[in-house]
Amino acid sequence: MGKSSRKVPGLNQSSTADISFILLIFFLVTTSMDTDTGLTRRLPEWDPNAQEQEVKIKERNIMTVLVNRNNEILCRGEVIDISELKDIAKEFIANPDDKANLPAKEEYEIKGFGTVITTTKHCISLQTDRDTNYDIYFQVQNELSRAYNELRDEWCKQQFGVSYTKLEEDDDRKIYARSGMYPSKISEAEPKQYGK
Amino acid sequence: MSKFRSNGKREMPELNTSSLPDLIFSVLFFFMMVTSMREVELKVQFTTPQGTEIEKLVKKSLVSFIYIGQPTPQWRGKIGTGTRIQLNDKFAEVDAIHDYVAQERESMHEYDKPFMKVSMKIDKNTQMGIVTDVKQALRKAYALNIVYSASAKQKKNQ
Repeated sequence: MGKSSRKVPGLNQSSTADISFILLIFFLVTTSMDTDTGLTRRLPEWDPNAQEQEVKIKERNIMTVLVNRNNEILCRGEVIDISELKDIAKEFIANPDDKANLPAKEEYEIKGFGTVITTTKHCISLQTDRDTNYDIYFQVQNELSRAYNELRDEWCKQQFGVSYTKLEEDDDRKIYARSGMYPSKISEAEPKQYGK
Repeated sequence: MSKFRSNGKREMPELNTSSLPDLIFSVLFFFMMVTSMREVELKVQFTTPQGTEIEKLVKKSLVSFIYIGQPTPQWRGKIGTGTRIQLNDKFAEVDAIHDYVAQERESMHEYDKPFMKVSMKIDKNTQMGIVTDVKQALRKAYALNIVYSASAKQKKNQ
């Protein structure tokens, strides 16, 4: 009895590939690639010939924000607190009351949307001293971004009834607001040496 | 005799290794995914500022990094405590940025090159002088898309 040579059947391995794929997908999903976050800016192109030329911009169209070496913020010649900057910037960018000392409004055609009236030629010039603290500079950049984002948000709510922040990144409405109605125009000016 | 008594010459079955390639491949893929994000050894220490309006950088492959901050304690004895720039794995001067950007751009796909971004991880307490120097160098190197790296701060309730 039981003398015959019995063989143990080989394990069915056809599902191991599936298991390994599940593992692979699991790791792919769960591995957190520590994504970098930050404020995106675009530098002006370098033009060696344009060093001396001052670009002529009407005074009403420019808002100079200077952060000096004592980390004080001067906006259009007045010392302000960082908490005031956002509202000043918002008023400057949008010019809601058509003031004569704020940027002129013009008709501007947003492709795919239509014609809007906005301040097309405004420019925020951000200047710093070599001894300015980077953190203050960053906070100023952040407040300016906040001004833009709030304006875009208000515009989106008014036009489309949705919040700017809730729109997908490639949504047309977001692009209209970001690059049509209120494009970011922050000039990262050449550094200057103030009072040494 | 018992039914369960074994008295035949039973052979131990060989381990089936046919799925080994699959396993290896999955491990390989996993490591390929993870190591595509180059981890550099940081030789400077920095705390990036906090902001409310920050955006996520979606495509990692487009981003190059510049670190600016104080050297870490083990390097201070050698090069002092002044603010330094780190490119790749080593300390560098502002002049080296041009080559660094060119090299980073060279390693990219042709269609990715226009979208190259440079993320600057700068310590809070850095002075703007060195930052503007780096920015000017980036302009000359035609790396115009920059990111001021920062971490998220909770928005204040208005």
